Amino acid sequence: MTAVEEAPLSPAGNPIGFGNMKRVEDQRFIRGEGNYVDDVNLPGMLHSAILRSPYAHARIKSIDTSAAEALPGVVAVITGKTLEGIPRPSLLGDNFAWMPTLSYDTQAVLATDKVRFQGQEVAFVIANDRYIAKDAVELIDVDYEQLEPVMDAKKAMEPDAPVIRDDKGQTDNSITDVHGHKTWESGNAIGTAEAIAQAEADPNCVVVTQEIMYPRVHPAPMETCGSVSYLDKVTGQLTMYTTSQAPHAHRTVYAMVAGLPEHKIRIISPDVGGGFGNKVGVYPGYVLSVIGTIVTGKPVKWMEDRGENLMSTSFARDYHMTGTIAATKEGKILAVDVDVLADHGAFNGVAQPTNYPAGFFHIFSGSYDYPHAHCKVTPVYTNKAPGGVAYACSFRITEAVYLIERLVDCLAAELNMDPAELRLKNLLRPEQFPYTSPTGWEYDSGEYEKTMRVAMEIAGYDELRKEQEEKRARGEYMGIGFSFFTEGVGAGPRKDMDILGLGMADGIELRVHPTGKAVLRLSVQSQGQAHETTYAQIVAHELGINPEDIEVVHGDTDQTPFGLGTYGSRSTPVSGAAAAVVSRKVKERARQVAAAALECSPDDLEWELGRWYVKGDKERGKTITEIALLSHGSLELPEGVEGHLDATAVYNPPNLTYPYGCYICVVDVDPGTGQVKVRRFIAVDDCGTRINPMVVEGQVHGGLADGIGMALMEVIAFDEDGNNLGGSFMDYLLPTSMECPTYELGETVTPSPHHPIGAKGVGESATVGSPPAVVNAVMDALAPFGVRHADMPLTPANVWRAIQGNPIRVDMAVE
Amino acid sequence: MQTPAPLADYVRATSVADAIAQLEKYGEDARLVAGGHSLIPMMRLRLARPEALIDINDLDELKSIKVEGNEIVVGAMVRHREVLDSPLLFEHYPIFRECEKVIADPVVRNRGSVGGSYCQADPSEDLSALGSALRGSVVIQNSTGTRTVPMREFHFGPYMTQVGDGEILTEVRFPIRPGAGSAYEKVERRVGDWAVASVGTFVVVKNGVVEDCGIGLAAVGAEHFCVPAAEEFLIGKAPTEENLEQAAAMAAEGCNPSSDQRGPADYKKHLAKELTLRALRRSVQSSQGA
Repeated sequence: MTAVEEAPLSPAGNPIGFGNMKRVEDQRFIRGEGNYVDDVNLPGMLHSAILRSPYAHARIKSIDTSAAEALPGVVAVITGKTLEGIPRPSLLGDNFAWMPTLSYDTQAVLATDKVRFQGQEVAFVIANDRYIAKDAVELIDVDYEQLEPVMDAKKAMEPDAPVIRDDKGQTDNSITDVHGHKTWESGNAIGTAEAIAQAEADPNCVVVTQEIMYPRVHPAPMETCGSVSYLDKVTGQLTMYTTSQAPHAHRTVYAMVAGLPEHKIRIISPDVGGGFGNKVGVYPGYVLSVIGTIVTGKPVKWMEDRGENLMSTSFARDYHMTGTIAATKEGKILAVDVDVLADHGAFNGVAQPTNYPAGFFHIFSGSYDYPHAHCKVTPVYTNKAPGGVAYACSFRITEAVYLIERLVDCLAAELNMDPAELRLKNLLRPEQFPYTSPTGWEYDSGEYEKTMRVAMEIAGYDELRKEQEEKRARGEYMGIGFSFFTEGVGAGPRKDMDILGLGMADGIELRVHPTGKAVLRLSVQSQGQAHETTYAQIVAHELGINPEDIEVVHGDTDQTPFGLGTYGSRSTPVSGAAAAVVSRKVKERARQVAAAALECSPDDLEWELGRWYVKGDKERGKTITEIALLSHGSLELPEGVEGHLDATAVYNPPNLTYPYGCYICVVDVDPGTGQVKVRRFIAVDDCGTRINPMVVEGQVHGGLADGIGMALMEVIAFDEDGNNLGGSFMDYLLPTSMECPTYELGETVTPSPHHPIGAKGVGESATVGSPPAVVNAVMDALAPFGVRHADMPLTPANVWRAIQGNPIRVDMAVE
Repeated sequence: MQTPAPLADYVRATSVADAIAQLEKYGEDARLVAGGHSLIPMMRLRLARPEALIDINDLDELKSIKVEGNEIVVGAMVRHREVLDSPLLFEHYPIFRECEKVIADPVVRNRGSVGGSYCQADPSEDLSALGSALRGSVVIQNSTGTRTVPMREFHFGPYMTQVGDGEILTEVRFPIRPGAGSAYEKVERRVGDWAVASVGTFVVVKNGVVEDCGIGLAAVGAEHFCVPAAEEFLIGKAPTEENLEQAAAMAAEGCNPSSDQRGPADYKKHLAKELTLRALRRSVQSSQGA
């Protein structure tokens, strides 16, 4: 199951199997030879720009496009009215002005009646170049009647709150999910309430309640979203180059929206410059580029700028949580209850499996052993951009981990107990796995204490506490913060998980050429995850083919089998398993062929890396390269064995995989200015088998930077008038190398028992796990001031205000 | 990609006189471009829409740092990077290096110019705080001649200066003060962000008393980036912790910051005091007469 033994090296010096290998992709990226959507230029291609709403909530009284249409170089100006006039032969409404979201809500492609968030799409200009398109956008005259916006999620359900979704006949701002529910609950409500009530009555117990907000943030990939669409009127084929993390899922959505069959749609995702969930959803801009080519008969490129990306595409988080944790005074956790107000913006565009309206948030019971847990999540509409699951969050496990890890530290403060000791007292023990959590998850494997001890060892934990004590005596404030996270990734088992009715299994095809070289065709889509490297390593590990002789093809629906794409750390758990399974099919076929060639029974053969040989006679055997040629040659094959070695597979995961880790952050805080310096960050991850440790470490490095960014500076706030206060990189701050320390990484390896190579997803572990470690460290530093909690981001102003006992409300304009 | 509005003309000036002639030709819709690290982003966001750009990157006459009499003269086209690296400036005022170190990032410092920074007149411009602290002056030239304007009279308000149509800022002058100690303090949310608040100071200590001092503050709503009352209080007094604290409190008192996403007004006011105190302390320590 494990693969800790070192793989032999190929002639090119690459491991024939698992181990460090330089990323194949980087050859082109570091030379500036990547091919992104904005690099695609088709003959006769037109450009476009979108007019966006300056208001968060306003009625559109009229739109005058005549001046824009008169500008030389403008080809067409499309408004919501134009779209209402294009009939749509599909079940999802009778025209193109509205489109379905991934959560069975509707979203305006171009606003018709009202605009519902600042930055919403109002008109679409197609022109000969992008400069003219932008000039024309400024010439469109829209007469708006401003309406009061709903910017404070906490006030969205007040009786006199303006109604945002009057288009649906709503009378309030509640959201009804596809199952007909306005709230979503998980766990045992009664048991949890009773346990908390008992603890409150018991002098030997404590109960701590804390309001914790995970504010709205944005994944901000380096490449913004865009597409080039071309409808060939002769063949009726729509080709779309697009920034998509899920080309096949997108194709099916377009098929449903446009009423076209899938085989008339080809989605190509070339190199994608970062996704982090931002490129899961289908945006109006994509749809408009398709409408643009239908209207003009020419290829149409749409590429958003940075401000458009930050203001209109999928945000993340925006969870207002109230958590209650009960424990004995000795520090044994008894129960956790949490109430969540979820701000979904103006359209419910959350991307998540249908049966999970709050994503996987209910994994919030975390890495600890206690019997009672319950959550209730209430989503509301506000006049903000739609989205909600993005930024490497593993379907809201980010919010869950942040909640429980902050609650545990609040409990430690209440008990005056070392937060490490409190965690060690409550961590799940190895013999409890597979472990069924109070909210129904089945954790596959884990040796939590071992991982935590490794992290504490690297950190030199006892020394750090001594240093802290000495510094406090001198009036210096350092803090040490822990996070122990458990994720559930690799969605997911078909019986439970689908998106828009599409089961979350992934197909794969492996073709072995006569020369023994191979092509692997994937359904998942790299946005930087190094699939071209790591998938070749999986096949190499199974078949002994040199990784440099294996071409990995992805990102083109005409060249790859169906599958749901890359997000939620699902590539390795699902498609990576498929790669192992399809390789094993090839291996078994190779055995049949080898047996025929060696004139023995297949049962008499044994496998060593890259070769079948006769038991007891190691000299007599055939390499996979020899077998590949034989399978294409004239060798007579046994009955029932077809020629060639090619195989396909579809992998339906039996369960999620549960990676976990222990992170420790050390900060220094200047109480005079509120500035926080992250001095050290220790990250010990257990993601089971590591296919390519270097790639894993790269993913962890990136995620830790994300976490430091979210903890200290990233936020999209709004003022009361509805203005987005994070609409550029001047306002939405991403961390630089100056804010990030040299990371100290460690690992433990506890393979997943149900994954073919024992691997677990790791792409989002660090983004999920790191924010609470940073926040816990800052709160630890501020403990002498009596500070227990302040919401992210912990900007200098927020830290200073927390010391004054008056932390900032981070989701609104700072006052 | 952000796309700027149409630009009618672009010319490269060959001399200061030529630049002025071009400015007069194109009128109020012309803009000089030096490093372009404020103007070009503003054009891309369509916040600035000049009709013509007059490029002054070839004007070598504006690129030197030198001593003239008892003043240091910094040409308008001197890059931030050159200020950061200048031994001459550092020798007289360490504040130059401290201040430049926290201005934007290396990419911006390599291109951004001193003259451009002053003319942009951003209320959080670090060089404005520095210039006001040192009581420098700027030289403005037009077709009829030059005039020298004290830094503390240079700004009319945020983004507004004494440089009018058909005029160019050619150099910035700083008086040399033997024995002066100086320091710069800045709080930013992240490297490269604008200041939440920043303070630059110089102090000359002689015979145990403050003979001269200057306090410049950016991003905190100090008129002309200074609070003279705080300086006047300190001059002639012993640089005791108590007096420095009092001066810092007076400096903060003279500020009128507004709340924004960088921080609430009460915090910025606190920073004005805290950073003034820290900068004064270090200035006093490094004053050669101390």
